Amino acid sequence: MTVDTQALADRLTWARTTRTAIPQLSDEVPGLDLATGYAVQRLQRPGLGRPVGWKLGVTSRAKQRQVGVDAPIYGFLASDHVLDLGEPLTTAEHINPRCEPEIVFVLGRDLAGAHVTTTEVLAATSGVAVGIEVIDSRFTDYRFTMPDVVADNASAGRYVVGAPVHPDGIDLRLVGVVLEHDGDVVATASGAASLGHPAAAVAWLVRALAAAGEGLRAGDVVLSGGLTAAVPVGPGDVVVATIDRLGSLELACR
Amino acid sequence: MPISDPVGKARLLYDARRDRVAIPPFTDDDPTLGMADGYAVQAELVDLLLADGDSVVGYKVGLTSKPMQRMIGVDSPDFAPILGSTAHVDGGTVSLSRLIQPKMEAEIIAVMGERLAGPGVLVTDAARAVAGVCASVEIVDSRFEDWRIGLADTVADLASNGAFASSSRVVPLTEVDPRYVGMTLTRNGELVDTGAGAAALGDPLAVVAWLANTLGERGIALEPGHLVMTGALHAAVPMAAGDVFRADFDRLGPVTLRVVE
Repeated sequence: MTVDTQALADRLTWARTTRTAIPQLSDEVPGLDLATGYAVQRLQRPGLGRPVGWKLGVTSRAKQRQVGVDAPIYGFLASDHVLDLGEPLTTAEHINPRCEPEIVFVLGRDLAGAHVTTTEVLAATSGVAVGIEVIDSRFTDYRFTMPDVVADNASAGRYVVGAPVHPDGIDLRLVGVVLEHDGDVVATASGAASLGHPAAAVAWLVRALAAAGEGLRAGDVVLSGGLTAAVPVGPGDVVVATIDRLGSLELACR
Repeated sequence: MPISDPVGKARLLYDARRDRVAIPPFTDDDPTLGMADGYAVQAELVDLLLADGDSVVGYKVGLTSKPMQRMIGVDSPDFAPILGSTAHVDGGTVSLSRLIQPKMEAEIIAVMGERLAGPGVLVTDAARAVAGVCASVEIVDSRFEDWRIGLADTVADLASNGAFASSSRVVPLTEVDPRYVGMTLTRNGELVDTGAGAAALGDPLAVVAWLANTLGERGIALEPGHLVMTGALHAAVPMAAGDVFRADFDRLGPVTLRVVE
């Protein structure tokens, strides 16, 4: 049986634009695999504006063990995902928004290839910054299999990025990460929470993109993976992410 | 109503430590036991241990994270003296033969440079009195069966302190904001968990201020050279013989311990 990927992509687009959670696709498509998930994801790209970069998901080893996988996933970022600095998040534009702190890479030059290493990623990076990603699953209560969440663009919602600094001399593995929600410290981590090193997560992305004939371009932003558990947000909430050596970022919700 | 027989309860804990045999929690028999009861037993237990020639080298503060406080059902931390006999060397070994059911935690130690006594200690006072901070691992251990502890139990049991090791370099606060110090804990080279200083009550220096004020109510001061273990930056990790734990702290450096039988 061939899967109607366009129908699945349309269903996800409907869920996103009408802000209505839907059951996971794999309920109806038992054979849904990762490759099909990425095909469904790709079909949604034109609907979200100009491409601006990529995001990683399932980058924590603990999370990977929990769901029984040994690799992360990726999704695309487009201009509709962007929240500019200081711009509030309108939670009503989302289904079930949750915030997580991330280290954001800004690429200084193109980078592609099936054998790209962490060292090459760092050499191609013009800046790293603190970021807050607002994830939002189009599936009811974030219940999904891996192919489902890949099809749903790795739960990409919105993101905001602080001012980038040059990565030279920063050990991104060790930088402290603090997430505050309405003034309370709700989670802490260090950069290693993403795949042992955030740049290693980006290297994985480049290799995975190479398999699809794609790569990173100069100016691309890459969200290198959530560093703590995501905190649910509603109107009136304020989320602050601080990453040592990179700075601090505040996101107001309305 | 005062706790019944704090001396007897302290003796039970003293024997449990010596024999390495866990005992039933005191709160099994008397669920009404609270924090003050726990400290009454703790004081008696410390007297017994000091009479054996042990020393107080500082204090540990526990229950510094919201999840731990919720688990125990309190809204404040607790404290206990750190015994000199529990100090281990960075890069050295820790023997399971001296422990009952140990777990590993990475945390920041503050080293006092000046005397600090409550009440009325502000976080800025704490910052001025602290000589600096260093990397450490604490081995927590419970003398109660299966870690089945209530608040009074863990307070009585030296806040479940077992042993510790610290790095030797004391980094002054001019070089580091302890809130944002990142930490990665590895076991046998594999990443176990990560955290940052703010996991301890939002700020390890706020922990020092809380401790100084709490000790002040008892007429005790933090003295120069005292260590303050400011609280775990992540969930405690079980340990087994052969494990090598390394907690690597940004700006402070690593501390390593090998676990032996």
